[in-house]
Amino acid sequence: MHLIHFQILAAALFAIGLYGVLARRSAVLVLLSIEIMLNAVNLNLIGFAAFANFTETQRALGQVLVVFIITVAAAEVGLALAIILRLFRNKSTVNVDEVDLMKW
Amino acid sequence: MSLSLVLFYILGALCLLSALFVVTTRNIVYAALGLLVTLMSVAGLFLLVFAQFLLLVQILIYGGAIIIVVMFAIMLTKMADYQTKASVRQWPLALVAAAAIFAVLAAALLMGVPKTDNAVAVGFQELGTSLFTEWAVPFEVASLVLLVALIGAIVLARENGGKD
Repeated sequence: MHLIHFQILAAALFAIGLYGVLARRSAVLVLLSIEIMLNAVNLNLIGFAAFANFTETQRALGQVLVVFIITVAAAEVGLALAIILRLFRNKSTVNVDEVDLMKW
Repeated sequence: MSLSLVLFYILGALCLLSALFVVTTRNIVYAALGLLVTLMSVAGLFLLVFAQFLLLVQILIYGGAIIIVVMFAIMLTKMADYQTKASVRQWPLALVAAAAIFAVLAAALLMGVPKTDNAVAVGFQELGTSLFTEWAVPFEVASLVLLVALIGAIVLARENGGKD
């Protein structure tokens, strides 16, 4: 198992997440796809932390960054789901195509 | 082929297939459960490169908290919408964009990433030392961000929108 395996897997996972963000209608599903993309990035960072020719501190930094990403992802999910809930109460839909209030 | 490589292929295939299921299924509850499988196989991949702490964090936060919150959101919004029209009209364009970005990333990686040795573990001790000495201030800011975001979420989701 080499670094390249991890990186290719992360790239594929990121592409799948990107497709989900662009193609799904439901705001909840868009959010789930963003989670997939964030996990692809985490996988990438962990791959570099484990394999690349770094010092001990630099390896730890890779994992610290992943901890921060997970924290921000948790905050993002909480906030985004609250927004989706409010959207559903106000407009009775979570279809992202119908939510164009702030469109130019 | 070494055992770790076999495990990597199994977990990687599980990860990609369940992610594909998440972005294609019509049933949103299945999508949330598929995401759980994706996240847990990513956790397995973390263990494969000896990132034990992140394995625990991944299972606790994603498996324990985020999926539950997503389930609640699905429960509180209308299900009927999702069954008939799962994807937007421009989904072939989205597919092209995703394929293009994968092609670019894969080409760049295949050209740029050198062959490497076996994975090296980062122990709990190094991670803790790094997190609480060098990165202590960002760590505290992250906890503040989490607090503010969750208070904001509560205010947003209240029945009367925060007005008494």
